[in-house]
Amino acid sequence: MSDLPAREVKAAAADWFERRNFWEWTAENEAAFAEWLNASLAHRAAYVRVEAAWKRTERLTVLKSSVRRPVQTPQRERTRFWFFGATAATIAAAAIIGAITYWPSTEPEAQTYATAIGGRETLALTDGSRIELNTDTQLRTQITARERKVWLDKGEAYFQVKHDAAHPFVVIAGNHRVTDLGTKFVIRRDATKMEVALVEGRAQVDALNSKANAPSVEMVPGDIVVATANRIETRKKPVAALSTDLAWRQGLLIFKRSTLAEAASQFNRYNREKLVVDGSAAQLKIGGTFQSDNITDFAEVAREVLGVHVARRGDQTVISRQ
Amino acid sequence: MTETPDSKRDTADPRSAAMTASDVDVWFAREVLPLEAALMQFLQHHWRNRSDVEDLVQDVYVRIYEAAQKEIPEHPRKFLFTTARNLLIDRARRAQIIPIEALPDPETLDIAVDTPGPERNAIARDELRRLQEALDRLPARNREAVVLARIEGLTGREISQRMGLAEATVSHHLSNGIAALADMLYGDAPKDGGK
Repeated sequence: MSDLPAREVKAAAADWFERRNFWEWTAENEAAFAEWLNASLAHRAAYVRVEAAWKRTERLTVLKSSVRRPVQTPQRERTRFWFFGATAATIAAAAIIGAITYWPSTEPEAQTYATAIGGRETLALTDGSRIELNTDTQLRTQITARERKVWLDKGEAYFQVKHDAAHPFVVIAGNHRVTDLGTKFVIRRDATKMEVALVEGRAQVDALNSKANAPSVEMVPGDIVVATANRIETRKKPVAALSTDLAWRQGLLIFKRSTLAEAASQFNRYNREKLVVDGSAAQLKIGGTFQSDNITDFAEVAREVLGVHVARRGDQTVISRQ
Repeated sequence: MTETPDSKRDTADPRSAAMTASDVDVWFAREVLPLEAALMQFLQHHWRNRSDVEDLVQDVYVRIYEAAQKEIPEHPRKFLFTTARNLLIDRARRAQIIPIEALPDPETLDIAVDTPGPERNAIARDELRRLQEALDRLPARNREAVVLARIEGLTGREISQRMGLAEATVSHHLSNGIAALADMLYGDAPKDGGK
């Protein structure tokens, strides 16, 4: 047997499998694949193995509902804001910003964007930066040739900032300012605090009403800064772990041994119909990947895995111990 | 086994040509692959050089395939470990490193330690947790690509648009992710039996 080292054969098998299944594929490609496959039984075994492994991961998709509902963005009563809801609106919004940028003589109006509960939208800014808005989020942008400024009024957004040393990208969330130097980061804001997690690059956080000399905080990837009215704290997390917190960008919630109470509070950010966990069931732990807009699937898995009782009460889904 | 993960395919799909799952393939995936972790433990235990183990597994699989193409073995577990043992004997003889007697006789090997079948629910739960753990252990970009492909059902091109990465880069992440998943799902022994 003069097979290549197993490591290389496995990598090649995964490569063939991946290219064959996720990209355009021609008869020529298939002929080349056949040649590789038949060159050695080691190749065949490795390919069958990778294919079988992928098939096993199908169990993960069980967590996803069979039909993916498009995210509904119910219009609020008075649409003062620019509400997402259609790609066309997003494009139009970008166009408006573009137009304003080319109007140098007057100070531009900030543009407002918002998502409803369960909504998720991506905003492409004229400077090449991108902002992804999570559920129930509102922000205003002011991107001009002179400055790049975003106010996060509520909710959570992921920023991929195009580097421009001359024009730092500034996000204002309540009483705090995040100044970004070409990075990726996520900010979440609620009534009492602001939380920034830096995924890539560098950023700086400081208090706007800098009483006395509250020092600004320099962030490196993996840093999480939590700022409340009167203090700023920094925590650390492996950058890889941050991506779990960013699963919402794929419409997912990932739990690793979270309590049902924690899981419910996450789901309730994304859904109008609420998940309620009664009594001692709240402390039961669950893990898994779930679609954030599908409480029913989650409750079903909880029932199957934890043996809890699931019931509907009005427009609530209630989980309790038997 | 010939089905592709996605069925967004035309009827004139070139993919069906080369890979028609044989009985051997189906048997191998169902009976042999789930024993990979045990096989690796066996090889680690009886072969001095741990860095050889992955290659030894490959050679065992080749022998298994060769034999199964003639006739599918009736007792996969016993056949697998006998094959592994014979391979080690051949290697040892060639390398003249360990006395053959040092190798255990598969007849006396404690290889039939099939755990008593837990209830169905527990299997489903373990499998789900195992998959989840495997996914969690992937490097971030690999995982993102795999999640988009597997859970969101996107094609490579759609993933590259979603991630804002070049197609070749996505292809690389996806391929790495899938290879790593295969190793974790088959090669790695479970961390522990219970919770």
